[in-house]
Amino acid sequence: MLEAAIKGGRGYWTLVCCLLALIGVGVAAYIYQFMVGLGVTGMSRDVSWGLYIGQFTFLVGVAASGVMVVLPYYLHNHKAFGRITVLGEFLAIAAVIMCMLFIFVDLGQPLRVLNVILHPTPNSVMFYDMLVLSGYLVLNVLVGWTVLSAERKGMPAPSWVKPFIIISIAWAPSIHTVTAFLYAGIPGRHLWLTAIMAARFLASAFSGGPSLLLILALILRKYTKFDPGKEAIQTLGKIITYFMITNVFFLGLEFFTAFYSQIPGHMHPLVYLYTGLHGHSQLVPVMWTSAILAVVALILLVPPKFRKNETLLTIACVATFLSLWIEKGFGLIVGGFVPNPFEGITEYWPTLPETFIAIGVWAIGFLVLTILYKTAVTVKEEVVFDKYGQKQIKAE
Amino acid sequence: MYDGWKIIIGIIIFLGLIAFPFYYDMGKATVTPDPKIDTPEIMKLPESERKCIEPKDYMKREHMQMLDDWRDWVVRDGSTIFIASDGKQYTMSLQNTCMKCHSNKKEFCDECHNYTAVSPYCWDCHIEPKESES
Amino acid sequence: MSINRREFLKIAGISTVLGIGGITAGAGLRKNAVEASSVMRRPDALTGKRWAIVVNLSKLKDEETIKRIAEACHREHNVPHIDYKNHEIKWLWPEKFEHAFPEQEDEYLAEEIKHSYVPLLCNHCDNPPCVRVCPTQATFKRADGIVMMDMHRCIGCRFCMAACPYGARSFNYKDPRKLDPKVEKNPEFPLRMKGVVEKCTLCYERLANGLEPACVKESNGGLIFGDLDDPHSEVRKVLEEHYSIRRKPELGTKPSVYYILG
Repeated sequence: MLEAAIKGGRGYWTLVCCLLALIGVGVAAYIYQFMVGLGVTGMSRDVSWGLYIGQFTFLVGVAASGVMVVLPYYLHNHKAFGRITVLGEFLAIAAVIMCMLFIFVDLGQPLRVLNVILHPTPNSVMFYDMLVLSGYLVLNVLVGWTVLSAERKGMPAPSWVKPFIIISIAWAPSIHTVTAFLYAGIPGRHLWLTAIMAARFLASAFSGGPSLLLILALILRKYTKFDPGKEAIQTLGKIITYFMITNVFFLGLEFFTAFYSQIPGHMHPLVYLYTGLHGHSQLVPVMWTSAILAVVALILLVPPKFRKNETLLTIACVATFLSLWIEKGFGLIVGGFVPNPFEGITEYWPTLPETFIAIGVWAIGFLVLTILYKTAVTVKEEVVFDKYGQKQIKAE
Repeated sequence: MYDGWKIIIGIIIFLGLIAFPFYYDMGKATVTPDPKIDTPEIMKLPESERKCIEPKDYMKREHMQMLDDWRDWVVRDGSTIFIASDGKQYTMSLQNTCMKCHSNKKEFCDECHNYTAVSPYCWDCHIEPKESES
Repeated sequence: MSINRREFLKIAGISTVLGIGGITAGAGLRKNAVEASSVMRRPDALTGKRWAIVVNLSKLKDEETIKRIAEACHREHNVPHIDYKNHEIKWLWPEKFEHAFPEQEDEYLAEEIKHSYVPLLCNHCDNPPCVRVCPTQATFKRADGIVMMDMHRCIGCRFCMAACPYGARSFNYKDPRKLDPKVEKNPEFPLRMKGVVEKCTLCYERLANGLEPACVKESNGGLIFGDLDDPHSEVRKVLEEHYSIRRKPELGTKPSVYYILG
């Protein structure tokens, strides 16, 4: 099946070459970082986690979102998702690979990464993060590949795959719960010390991830013969709507607790992020962009008339994705470090090498996604009919 | 064969990569490593006492594992004295014990390490003895 | 016998995994070269169950005194002096009182205290969050209470830096030798390489040789060092006779650095 990835038209190869070029730049930048040290990034003694960990945090949510199409289909027989469960699982694979790469490029001594396995530490959340991410990757590769192979052969999937699917449904929330626990159990950082951190991660995962999936499905419909189906798109849209409302609601809850209690430790990080603190306000425009995008997304998502319009739905999904990408992939991490434990403020902004490395990792993820989606689409174009006997190929 | 030129180019590139370790050092003389143990500190000792904390063969084979274990004992446990197999006591320290006698890193440690293309990262942190006289 | 591509890839994949796994497992089963019977502590080593430091703020009020003590510590341990503040490494340093104890911030605080400086360092907590989060046990709590750093094991993930509520930890963002060419001040102690976290380790190497920590020595009575577990130690006496505060005790970290006001 994988040989479908090396057969493609001009558009396909242009995409692959562009991604390879970006990966090349990222690798070169990483070699520079490996030789000189993490000092080439914008991180500091005060802000010791930055873009890399932020992107990892955000992508863990995108990875978990595969379950948003798998669960309704396998547990509740929502037939409309039958065509795109594989797409969800493949997106999860690409996202988890990006997560692992972002952690790797963030390490000060990456060659020692196996120490996490050689010296298992059950009291460390990061140990569990390594376990759940690896397990989730294996599960999605196993399930996605088997289900796609079965579709290609025109047979129902083998029965042994069902328990693994159930496990993957239960496993998916664990990856962003564990990642949320990285933050939610830290006593000294008041932006993160909230019981609803895992719930916020869930809400943004299940709105951000399906937004990306929806955009990808529409791209596939435009450029290949595969048709994800109008109903699948609309159901995804409803899921994104409800979880985005929840996400914004949860953010509101954080603001309430911080500002009604008037506790300085709780207020200061939010004040820094949204209005600036003691003259330091570099992130204020960034956070307000995220907030405005969230409002725009909700305006386009909530009224059914707008949501049914696929153009507006696409814009809403882009807005949702970008808003959450800023909030979870940047604001949440940097905000946790401001102010520092002895009331100092150090601001953070990624440097050029850091940005190139991050783009390189995203390009690797998109390359994996391209290869996997090309394989999936080729299979679906071959078999033409989905398992319910309906054409999943656009009429010519 | 189909796509013959692609295959042949591929084979040539493959051979070029695989044979790299062999032709990279072509022509360079290789000298058997000869670690020197005639440092001033060692020369100060009477001839009968010019031996390492353990026999030479043991040290050659096990010094890597021994240093690793020393580190665990000193850093993680807090014990600093090593009792050698002959009963003598030594402080477990690369910088302060080993390099006190073997103060010629370039003519001792590096001799074998360069030959075997091993670059232990000890010296990224541990301070090399200043070779003022050698 | 003929074999198709799928079968070949399956067999190759499984053999690779088993091979690598087998080698790793085999390496783990290797015996140590140095057994417990071959090591011991120095007979004059300082031993304790819970080392602590009491800071007498009446003796250490101004920035210069504390900076001098910090210099002694940094010189002893080859801590690089880095001009670029974002990458600075400090094991002990002076902070204004209201920054060290932000919950005590108040405009009516005694003027003397408002303008005084306080030495900050790793608190060697009894319940350290940094130890809890380290994925490799590169930072760990020793039996004598010191929160130690194992520089050989640290992977530089900086989770401990995020977890420390006191900002006591520094990271080597670049090679310290390149940032501070004069860093090798003490040839009897190593420095650190880029990519690892470092912090005060309560002069474990001096304690092992029967010496008090460098900062305590330099402070001339401003810092008192002792074993909290020993009812006759000087720290216990001082804490008995003076009211003491610790940084952020409400977080449950049980810090072992106490501050008395005179």
